[in-house]
Amino acid sequence: MSWGAIALLAAGAYGFKLAGVMGLGRLLTGTWATAIGALLPPALLFGLVAVQTLAIDTEEGVRLAIDARLAGVAAGAIAVWRGIPFVGVVVTAAVVTGGVRALG
Amino acid sequence: MSRPSYIRDSVIMGIAVGFFGMGFGVLSVSSGLSVAQTCAMSLLVFTGASQFAAVSVIGSGGDPISAVGSGLLLAARNGLYGISLARHLTGSWLRRSAVAQLVIDESTAMGMGQEDPADIEGGVLAGGISVFLFWNLATLIGAVAGSSIGDPNVFGLDAAFPAGFISLAAPALRHRPGQVAAATGAIIGTVAIPLTPPGLPILLSALGAVIALLIVGPPPAQLSPQPNPEVGAE
Repeated sequence: MSWGAIALLAAGAYGFKLAGVMGLGRLLTGTWATAIGALLPPALLFGLVAVQTLAIDTEEGVRLAIDARLAGVAAGAIAVWRGIPFVGVVVTAAVVTGGVRALG
Repeated sequence: MSRPSYIRDSVIMGIAVGFFGMGFGVLSVSSGLSVAQTCAMSLLVFTGASQFAAVSVIGSGGDPISAVGSGLLLAARNGLYGISLARHLTGSWLRRSAVAQLVIDESTAMGMGQEDPADIEGGVLAGGISVFLFWNLATLIGAVAGSSIGDPNVFGLDAAFPAGFISLAAPALRHRPGQVAAATGAIIGTVAIPLTPPGLPILLSALGAVIALLIVGPPPAQLSPQPNPEVGAE
């Protein structure tokens, strides 16, 4: 990978961040934009959770898979529901997933 | 008020990210990038999924244009995070431009995990700075050593991240619009996984915010931010 390609990727990645923080995020005002701004993070983060929990890379591309991750994330979700703080949730998910893998 | 827990949470998150940063360093060098190029990626691109995707394309014999394209598709969501975070970031134009580099999954989640909207910026900064430091240090170690401590997935660290994101998103789940946005975002993302290239499922999940707004209306005012707190900004 050339330095040019790295520079292009870096410029593009920062461009997205900057466009959000300094551009659209400042220009869009009003009730609708404010509501969308508040609802985007839960929508995006749960899309991310789905991908990190269910997607696997294979030779033929990315596909859905149910494996040890789902058990850990489900245990973590229950911990969240029971009011367990962040650190406890993270440890629960890791231990359950690691445990299921060790058994499997 | 007691000191917010986001400092401790951010350090723990940074350490966990470090394991993957080491993995990135190893993968990048084994894909043919130099140590300097590998470290430049983590410093300047600084969005993990994009970096992994780009060096994977190179490692499997792909051309640089495809590598950059795959990376950018995964980086685009940071722009959407930025839109949400913009109104919470204070200070000069220069300061906010610098903070923009820290806008990634982890820092956004740490920001929105704060109960008090006044703590959102602190959460973003703590999460972003911690992840930045650990990610870059670990990249350097992995790139130089050429081997990682071990597969972080053995310890279930790959599941720790989605679970942690659920924990941090919890404040948004207390109202109906947030619940609908999260549920539709997850459903859209899941359906899109086998149908679209990596990066697109998460971008498409943004539609969950629009659907929630159309179906159940805006979230309560507590989460819709106050006017920009420019007063007292540096």
